[in-house]
Amino acid sequence: MENASIFVIMVSAILVNNFVLSRFLGICPFLGVSKQVETAFGMGMAVTFVITLAGTLTYFVHYYLLVPFGLEYLQTAAFILVIASLVQFVEIVLQKMSPTLYQALGVFLPLITTNCAVLGLALLNIQYKFGLVQTIFHSFFAAIGFSLAIVLFAGIREKLETSDVPAPFKGFPIALVTASLMSIAFLGFTGLV
Amino acid sequence: MKLSNLTNGIIKENPIFVQLLGMCPTLAVTTSAINGIGMGLATTAVLASSNVAIALLRKFIPAQVRIPAFVVVISTFVTVVGMLMEAFLPALFSSLGLFIPLIVVNCIILARAEAFASKNGVGDSLLDGIGMGLGFTLALVILGSVRELIGNGSLFGAALLGANYQPALIMILPPGGFLALGLLLALYNSYQIKKAK
Repeated sequence: MENASIFVIMVSAILVNNFVLSRFLGICPFLGVSKQVETAFGMGMAVTFVITLAGTLTYFVHYYLLVPFGLEYLQTAAFILVIASLVQFVEIVLQKMSPTLYQALGVFLPLITTNCAVLGLALLNIQYKFGLVQTIFHSFFAAIGFSLAIVLFAGIREKLETSDVPAPFKGFPIALVTASLMSIAFLGFTGLV
Repeated sequence: MKLSNLTNGIIKENPIFVQLLGMCPTLAVTTSAINGIGMGLATTAVLASSNVAIALLRKFIPAQVRIPAFVVVISTFVTVVGMLMEAFLPALFSSLGLFIPLIVVNCIILARAEAFASKNGVGDSLLDGIGMGLGFTLALVILGSVRELIGNGSLFGAALLGANYQPALIMILPPGGFLALGLLLALYNSYQIKKAK
């Protein structure tokens, strides 16, 4: 993955290694905020925004702060602090600069701190030894993959609301079975890159 | 100290089957029963020690910055557990991979810190951490065993179903994770429905 081109990164991050359906990152918001297409879309946009920023920022933290001082073992703690303060910061800035956008994304922002997709992506960027440009694109496309999965899933769940599901399967179990079928569909992309 | 704090987390308030917390590691690492145990015990260790640390510090942490403070405490213990595993259990460490550092963002740990350890004494918090951790481990082992048995024909690495068994590989691939958990939850629900009648 070290010298992967932008196109390969795009296909791999959105389809082949879809964050939710094949890497199991960000399952909590995927199951929690996917009852309606509209809110799912809002969550997707909020995550895209935060992940792209966080991925870029953690790149600088890792290569300009942790590596020169030999502090790589503090990676987890440093990254989660960066992400937590970034989310707080984005929330404050949005509130002041763009109240409409804040209205749309606001409720999802605090949830994102504990979204493992954000920390997972930051760690993966480092693991793959990506350069700065690759990091930015990988973060962005991985988040697009997350948004794609959650919006599709919400679309199916809206239909499920009105369908006749056996009693023990109501709620989460049927949602998980649906996710499993989506994941099988995404398995079809294996081998694309 | 009350013993019910310990047993609560194992069955009545099981973090996976009842509270549906911490789904990411649950689905990702349960490709085998051994991975399930490893992840469960690592999480238990972090959960118990962070609960104790937070219960000790609960009078000194200002309410406004409590979440970042909890996260720092938790990530410290995750780093310690990760280093110990890398040193003593390198095989398990590499098969759990990314999900060791991701214990930090496991919602169960932050949820227990916020809901229990920041309001209760050290002893109760320790029991609560161990109980919740064991409940999590139990769920992971059940899920891991089911997936390993169907997907690989073995349990804890020992072949059980004989050479003629055609393993359903899909169960140890990502879709199998969703499917197995969905079916287990349905099973749990049907038991609850039956009991209510």
